[in-house]
Amino acid sequence: MKRRAFAYPYIVWMILFIAVPMLFIFYYAVTISGKLDLSVFWDTLKNPVNWKLLLDSIVMSLKTTGICLLLGYPIAYILSNMKKSVAGFISVLFFVPMWMNFVLRTYAWQAILNYVLPSIFGSKGTFTGTEWAVLLVLVYDYLPFMVLPLYNTLSKLDKSLLEASRDLGANGVQTFGRVILPLSVPGIVSGITMVFIPAITAFTVPVMIGNGNPDFFLYGNIIEIAFKQPTPNYAGGSTLSIILLISVFVSSLIMNRFDKEQIQ
Amino acid sequence: MKKIIALVLASVMLLAFAACSSREKGDYSFADGDQYEEIGGELNILNWGEYIDPELITLFENETGVKVNYSELTSNEEMLIKLRSADCIYDLCFPSDYIIEQLIAEDMVLPLDYSKIPNAKNISERMKEFTNVFDPGAKYSLPYMWGTVGILYNTTMVDEEVDSWDILWDEKYTGQIWQYDSVRDAIAVSLLRLGYDINTRNEAEVEEAKDELIKQIPLLQGKGTDNIRDFMINDKAALAVLYSGDALYCCDENENLAYAVPKEGSNVWFDNVVIPKTAKNVEAAHAFINFINDANLAARNTEFIYYSTPNQGAIDRLDAELVEDEIFNPSDEVLSRCSVFHDLGSFAEVFNKAWIEYNTRSGK
Repeated sequence: MKRRAFAYPYIVWMILFIAVPMLFIFYYAVTISGKLDLSVFWDTLKNPVNWKLLLDSIVMSLKTTGICLLLGYPIAYILSNMKKSVAGFISVLFFVPMWMNFVLRTYAWQAILNYVLPSIFGSKGTFTGTEWAVLLVLVYDYLPFMVLPLYNTLSKLDKSLLEASRDLGANGVQTFGRVILPLSVPGIVSGITMVFIPAITAFTVPVMIGNGNPDFFLYGNIIEIAFKQPTPNYAGGSTLSIILLISVFVSSLIMNRFDKEQIQ
Repeated sequence: MKKIIALVLASVMLLAFAACSSREKGDYSFADGDQYEEIGGELNILNWGEYIDPELITLFENETGVKVNYSELTSNEEMLIKLRSADCIYDLCFPSDYIIEQLIAEDMVLPLDYSKIPNAKNISERMKEFTNVFDPGAKYSLPYMWGTVGILYNTTMVDEEVDSWDILWDEKYTGQIWQYDSVRDAIAVSLLRLGYDINTRNEAEVEEAKDELIKQIPLLQGKGTDNIRDFMINDKAALAVLYSGDALYCCDENENLAYAVPKEGSNVWFDNVVIPKTAKNVEAAHAFINFINDANLAARNTEFIYYSTPNQGAIDRLDAELVEDEIFNPSDEVLSRCSVFHDLGSFAEVFNKAWIEYNTRSGK
């Protein structure tokens, strides 16, 4: 009973900062100037453009997650085989940029893509305003979230299992495919969750690195535009946010499923 | 290694110091020897980015004992949202023409008390003719800065003569064009190119303008506002839709740049100062309007912002070279091609819808 008291501040926090704002979003989605009105809500749901942009965002997010996984896995694997002290130091290096604000880092990338890289490659133009630049910065932003859970899982791997695998005649590739990879799935799943979900909601990178070109706009950008009009479309913007919330919720459910199956 | 770092740091500091001191302090005295009484309290000002000489604010604070809280934003639409919100705290703001028309129609601004603004006499008659269009008799607002919209281009990348909006749709310049990131400005460019009025209330025309803008997307390097300047100054882009004041600044920084107001016509815009109805320190707000319209201070402010000033007293005190500049002070011939934005009333919804469709690339 006494211990439960410690949970109260957390419950208050959850109600104030998670439940109440969500209720507000729902309230604004189904009302127009205070009156219940579902017209904008349905129109927004029925508008194929919104779904197309959601799909674009999911595709972009999948690309980001895929590249992060391809880059992050080897990094985490190499780290896990290093001496603890060295690996610890290097993983701190991964964290250090995250001490700096995300927008500032994106500004730094603007400078790199506009001036540094073009001058290295002898190009007069700029590399911002291209899809690969947007993808590159997204990957940069989310890579640590992939590496760290993977590193955690891989470094806890029981080394005697690897020795056993060798003893039983498996070569390096077989050991990796049959022992290391299956055992690291929980790390892969949490890495994917930590990259995929925030990447769907990305909206500063398309503006700052995509140079605001509508060609690179993602779902988050239409939510922003809905609220930033001269007469803000609260109902539409809130409905769009609900769609995003639900998609995020569904994808984390799917991820959890994977996670549980692995544990069983 | 440490020495190199120290050296780099030292030179950076030196440069920063040089940048600060290279700007010699001009004459900040009052042209007419104005005297200001102690007013006190606070004054909340809402304005565009880099749109006032900070020296003026300090000076005003010292003269009147008013504490100035200065906030900045980047679009008229944002300004409108802030002014409409129930807890609007601003005593002064600087919206553009069509927003002022809307603010007046919605009864959101106070009429100016000209007995408290003797320096209003400095505003030129030529400018009043234009501002009468949206605020007859300048009852609610006084022009602060003005300019045109045009094409800033890099003469090393563009060989032909730039005299038409058409060039912004020329595939030769794919990936080197910047569009302006604002509903009215971007759609106006497209409307003008098609030969339509920038204040059109014809849905089909707006629709056509939007479709043309969508066709332009693949040619763009980007769509922006203040950030366009850096791309143009550093030779990164060939063509950009830009306000004359920004264009003038860029031309000063990079001699390869030139500015043109296309033959199809353009928009001439005004940013005026208004006092929102919610203002708490109306006394200080009037004092501030009078203060910035002092001929001497307006000249300093213009030198800082680099946009055209409607203040004749200031023009008389500026360098002849600047006053004769066609970007800074466009000829009557150029101005005769330009028109002022009007508030579109409920038709604004059509523009907003087109803007969203443009941004989501969802033409019919």
